[in-house]
Amino acid sequence: MKKRARKDSPLILLVDDFPDNREMYAQYLKFSGMRVAEASNGHEALDQAFQLHPDLIVMDLSLPAMDGWEATRRLKSDARTKDIPVVALTGHALEGFSKGAMEAGCDGFITKPCLPADLLEEIRTMLDRKDAGAAPANGR
Amino acid sequence: MSRIPAARLSSRFAPGGADAKARLGLLEALFVSDDAPECARRAVHWLGEHAGVAAAMVAAVNAEGTRLVRIADYGVAGQGDTELHVDLEDRRHPLVGALSAKQLGSSFSSGEVIGGFATAFERRPFAAMPLRTLDAMHERPIGLLLLAPVSAAEGQDVRWAAEILGQKLAQLHSSGVLADSERRLRREGTLLESIINAVSDPIMLTDTEGRLMIANSRAERLFAADEDQSEGRRRAVALNNMLFSSALSRSAFEDAESWRHELPLVDPLEGSDLLFELLSNVVTDPREGTGIVSVLRNITDLRRATEEIEENYRRIRIAEAEIRAERDRLDLVIDSVADPIVVTDPSGNIVLMNAPAERLFTVGRGGSEEQAQRVRANDAHFTSHISNLFFAGTGLRYSGTIALVDAETGVALPTEGLSGKILSEHGEVNAVVTILHDLTEAKERERLFEQLQHASGELEQKVREATAELSRQNELLRRQAFELEQASALKSQFLANMSHEFRTPLNAILGYTHMLLHGVTGKLTAGQRQNLSRVDSNGRHLLAIINDILDIARIEAGKMPLNVSAVAVPEMITEVMAEMDPIVVRSGLAVSVHLDPALRSVRTDRPKVKQIVLNLLGNALKFTPEGSVRIEARRARRNGEIAIAVTDTGIGIAEADHEKIFEDFRQADTSLTREYGGTGLGLSICRRLASMLGGRITVVSALGRGSTFTLTLPVREPS
Repeated sequence: MKKRARKDSPLILLVDDFPDNREMYAQYLKFSGMRVAEASNGHEALDQAFQLHPDLIVMDLSLPAMDGWEATRRLKSDARTKDIPVVALTGHALEGFSKGAMEAGCDGFITKPCLPADLLEEIRTMLDRKDAGAAPANGR
Repeated sequence: MSRIPAARLSSRFAPGGADAKARLGLLEALFVSDDAPECARRAVHWLGEHAGVAAAMVAAVNAEGTRLVRIADYGVAGQGDTELHVDLEDRRHPLVGALSAKQLGSSFSSGEVIGGFATAFERRPFAAMPLRTLDAMHERPIGLLLLAPVSAAEGQDVRWAAEILGQKLAQLHSSGVLADSERRLRREGTLLESIINAVSDPIMLTDTEGRLMIANSRAERLFAADEDQSEGRRRAVALNNMLFSSALSRSAFEDAESWRHELPLVDPLEGSDLLFELLSNVVTDPREGTGIVSVLRNITDLRRATEEIEENYRRIRIAEAEIRAERDRLDLVIDSVADPIVVTDPSGNIVLMNAPAERLFTVGRGGSEEQAQRVRANDAHFTSHISNLFFAGTGLRYSGTIALVDAETGVALPTEGLSGKILSEHGEVNAVVTILHDLTEAKERERLFEQLQHASGELEQKVREATAELSRQNELLRRQAFELEQASALKSQFLANMSHEFRTPLNAILGYTHMLLHGVTGKLTAGQRQNLSRVDSNGRHLLAIINDILDIARIEAGKMPLNVSAVAVPEMITEVMAEMDPIVVRSGLAVSVHLDPALRSVRTDRPKVKQIVLNLLGNALKFTPEGSVRIEARRARRNGEIAIAVTDTGIGIAEADHEKIFEDFRQADTSLTREYGGTGLGLSICRRLASMLGGRITVVSALGRGSTFTLTLPVREPS
């Protein structure tokens, strides 16, 4: 699997406290040729984000210690990480969760259950949009 | 006036003893005198002076013709002796005989004539010559000329003088009688006149034309006016005459001897109207002809008085009628009063009472002795009550309670009596009016009032208790509401958690199954793939159920928000068709869409309507093995409601199951759930959603004949 992950392949930070889900997505994303970093709570997510500067963060909202909303707010308020797209991923389907997520600064919102293929699709869409949007800004 | 016919005089003037001049003197003397004694005296004196008569006397028959009375004498004794008279009835008297003797003179000796005459002639013989008229027609004895000496009676002068005197006396006699009757007549006339003048009523004699012949002064006032009197008065008189004669002429038609009329006249002096009663009598006199005697009686005052009396009588009658009406009204009023009313005179006798009072103070016909006793007792109590009015004070009113009993039944009637004095103009008590008010009801009311107060008190207590209980309950409810609120919040939290807790493991199940099926962990055998596919489909079914339960829970918890916007129904249906296209294609059914051109956008919650239509269309496709499905959207003309109907030619639903299919986890046949898939919650959710939108879902279907499900949405937006 690691063989397939090249240096220029996108680095995705997966934040989820439930290991089965986190590792499932990680396995599928790696299988799909992406690099993956993992965090099981908000603090770890912040540490990883500052240290690795991933291309995209998939953030579960219900997290121990520091929840996804708080972590997203911090990421979006920090100049080093504010450009990283954050896709919220939550098992909460009730109204208000997506709204809260957007307010916290999430760029996308996915409700569980979400098949690994569907997540990959969303990630690719977000990355394409990021490249298109960033190109003029970076002057590339 | 006496006169002697000239021819006779001349014939008597023959030359004689006394000269003509002396005779002329006597004639002249007799001519100027109308007095018989004077004439007689002149004659006897003339005889004494001119005819050699020594003594003479004239005895004349008196006016009544009953006696012979001495009226003159000459040369006789006992002058003026009134005894010298002879009763003419005494026919044996020589002088009476001499009176009727044919010969001119008779001589009497003194012995023959007794009484005063003899004495007068001093018992000498004297001659008696009858004095008489020459008119044979009216010859009757007038008197006697007695003279002495007897021889002188033969002398021419004596005879002449006797003849002249007789003539004169006869003349005087007859004229004296005439004058008497004339005087009498005049006296009677005057008397009559004063009598008719004394009569206060106007009396008149008129001819038949009404011309006045005789009238008394009253009548003259009405019917006569002199030229010098005022114009008004003359006119009034003329008017009166006209009225009078017209009354007479009217009377003439009645052909009666006498009649009676009312005659209106005018008072000429005062001008006032007068009314007379006219009584007229026809009098017929052979010499005077026919006349009418009218007596007028003034009935002006009488008429006025009559009219006044009639007017007064009329007024009295009116007043009487009014009083009677008043009395009747009063009776009605008094009788209509339910309280007994008694009017008594000052001595306490009942003069008037109404029907309720009669029940207390009278014994009906055939009343028992008991009743009579009760009435007597009532009377006694009543009288003592009345006496209080007079003794208990000087006021006009007195009120107090009287213990009366019902005369008929003997039931005690506690009564309040209010008595009032009715005073006359002079302040005397005319009557006493007493109104008796039955206190039974008042006492009953009092008792009821007390009961009511008691009950009210109890009620108040109960209300207080109830209020306390209510506030306790309120507090409880408040607490319960609070708890419910908390429970609701907890429920919401629970739902959120459940959703999360269900999804998280399901996510892993579906994810790993997905990865295995996609060969992430290497190739699968056909058996492994088949089994993993079963895990996948059941996992997906579980997810669908969880989603539906969540929807229902959210609706029930009021956590399903409405997002109302203008929804264009045709576009929405097109969208549904596009989403369902893969399934439609797979079903192989002919699906048609019919849209009403009159459809407009409706304000509602778009996703929810879409969810319903998707569900209905899904069901139709699911339960239709072959045939067609038709979607129709229209707007009702009646009330503008939007109806979206989905009709299929599928298996249909028995009428008995039409309600069942809307219940949770129900399909018409539970075995079908497995056969046809689905959670069995779709219609249940649809009905709830439709209700949230203010609409409804109805079904028309029969087993084996297909179904039509219709969603009806109101025009007004749901609240």
